[in-house]
Amino acid sequence: MVPIYYYIALSAVLFALGALGVLIRRNAIIIFMAIELMLNAANLALVAFARLHGELSGQVFVFFVMAVAAAEVAVGLALIVKIFETKQSIDIDQLNLMKG
Amino acid sequence: MSVDYVLFGGLALVTILSALGMLFSRNAVYSALYLIFNFSTIAVLYLMLSAPFIALAQITVYAGAIMVLFLFVIMLLGAEQRGQAVRTWWMQPLALGLAGILIFEAIYLIFTHRTSFPPLRQAVGDLGNPLQIGEQLFSNYLLAFEAVALLLLVAVIGAIFLSRGRKLR
Amino acid sequence: MDWASLAEWTLKSFALIFALLGGFAYLTLFERKLIARFQVRIGPNRAGPFGLLQPVADGIKLIFKEELIPAQADKIIFILAPIITVVPALVIMAVVPFGPPIQLFGRTISLQIIDLNVGVLYIMAIASVSVYGIVLAGWSSNNKYATLGGIRSSAQMISYELALGLAFTGPVLLTSSLSLAEIVEAQRHIWFVLYQPVGAFIFWISTLAEVNRAPFDMPEAEQELTAGYHTEYSGMKFALFFMAEYIKMIAVSAIAVTLFFGGYRGPFVDQVPLLGPIYFLLKVVGFLFLMVWVRATLPRIRYDRLMAFGWKVLFSLALGNAMLTALGVLLADMFQNSLWLWSIPVTTIAFFLLVAYLMRGSIAGGNR
Repeated sequence: MVPIYYYIALSAVLFALGALGVLIRRNAIIIFMAIELMLNAANLALVAFARLHGELSGQVFVFFVMAVAAAEVAVGLALIVKIFETKQSIDIDQLNLMKG
Repeated sequence: MSVDYVLFGGLALVTILSALGMLFSRNAVYSALYLIFNFSTIAVLYLMLSAPFIALAQITVYAGAIMVLFLFVIMLLGAEQRGQAVRTWWMQPLALGLAGILIFEAIYLIFTHRTSFPPLRQAVGDLGNPLQIGEQLFSNYLLAFEAVALLLLVAVIGAIFLSRGRKLR
Repeated sequence: MDWASLAEWTLKSFALIFALLGGFAYLTLFERKLIARFQVRIGPNRAGPFGLLQPVADGIKLIFKEELIPAQADKIIFILAPIITVVPALVIMAVVPFGPPIQLFGRTISLQIIDLNVGVLYIMAIASVSVYGIVLAGWSSNNKYATLGGIRSSAQMISYELALGLAFTGPVLLTSSLSLAEIVEAQRHIWFVLYQPVGAFIFWISTLAEVNRAPFDMPEAEQELTAGYHTEYSGMKFALFFMAEYIKMIAVSAIAVTLFFGGYRGPFVDQVPLLGPIYFLLKVVGFLFLMVWVRATLPRIRYDRLMAFGWKVLFSLALGNAMLTALGVLLADMFQNSLWLWSIPVTTIAFFLLVAYLMRGSIAGGNR
């Protein structure tokens, strides 16, 4: 059995990569995917801690996170499609209508 | 013993490389494929952590449903190649630097504090058994379960409302 | 790691894959012969006795065909897509039991590759992954008909997966286990199709849509899409798509048999375990015959009708079926009397007739 802190470290690396994706990419869909990557990193940490404590709560949390992620993707992608329809672009730098 | 380490090392490498591939692909379809690959390897890691139910739910929900939606939207919008230009030149190096610091710090902290992790509980004979997860869901977490059900319903209605055609208005 | 059990696993996996590949080859012949009979023809009868060597001849022809890769195609994904389509079809059968455990060389060998305690979820996971091959094949061809065909068929598969998943809940509720071996064991006395007539019906229709068979073979609608997602494919790559479809037919028939028709169970299986695989094979062939029969009889459904049917009729039926099944199981549990389980077929069939009555105009004809 690999020590649990290896999994936690991997989860931290994945989370940082997801955050990096949000910072460097301008394509709204890629940013959204990077957010999914961050959610997955958190899930990995939760499952690893569930294994560490020999308890199921962590896995139940992951189940909830998945359901919430599914809801978020359904609404978020519908929003992205709408934005594309009005702006003909999904570059988030173009979305500056709120600028005063 | 060492088989586990080799397996974990290989999977971790694949996970990180596919995450990097997702970030730096020029084509959004490739990004999505890298992410699917990443999710599948994370599912294998769940199996190693004795969570078979979560592993298969991960494949069904993430790889099977969520990423198919992403692929649909990318293909239908023809958005594969868009969104390359970055206006401020210092943004990318700064972000790379910050992410590097974050990764370094996280790994440093986790490995210097590894002794403060509680010892691994071995009494896990059937951890992640779907029966036990079901019992937990419908007893301790019943309220959260119902809330998530409501959230999904609201999301369905919201997605339909947002994507309805103009003629229905 | 025990080397003997490793060898056992490897041998069983190879045996399963060869059985599926051979099954694919002869299923094509079976279908052609049968459709010929339905149309009062003779069918292939030149290669070998009764045309038995026809699959070999077809295979040789396909190997020597020219393989084209369109100039503007995305080459890597274009080559990967057929492989991504075939692999899920081959691995989905890993959790299906073919027979009771048998004694061989002093070892007890279970005729199942692996008995997962989440076997039903495994099937759902693999089924949901099998969408990718088709959608990627369509997209990478860089051809608008292929892309449309790919997106159409994956939308169809995702939509019918909901009804499929809900149809799975019936046997799972009755057994209170997700393991296929236990589901088969629970059908020792009575097949679940008797408790779950509507569930089996929903399962059957949504698997037809899931494997893109007639009357749901939208991606291959020649008139509209010039063959859909595999327009640009030729030679062995095309053969791989063909193979995936036929192997999936075998796989879903096997799963239907396992969930609703007692799996390998039959008379005298406990005394003579080797009868198990024979019963299993016979039941699967029966289902394959049904699939071919449906193809020979029914015309293709228009695409919007297909989606409306999937979402409005089949999905609502499946939801009602799952709820009524849970109610029946709960009643049987409360009164400690398994006779209450017979309320499930009664209520679900009543519900089915009600839905069929309410929806009578919306699918067959008229405007939605």
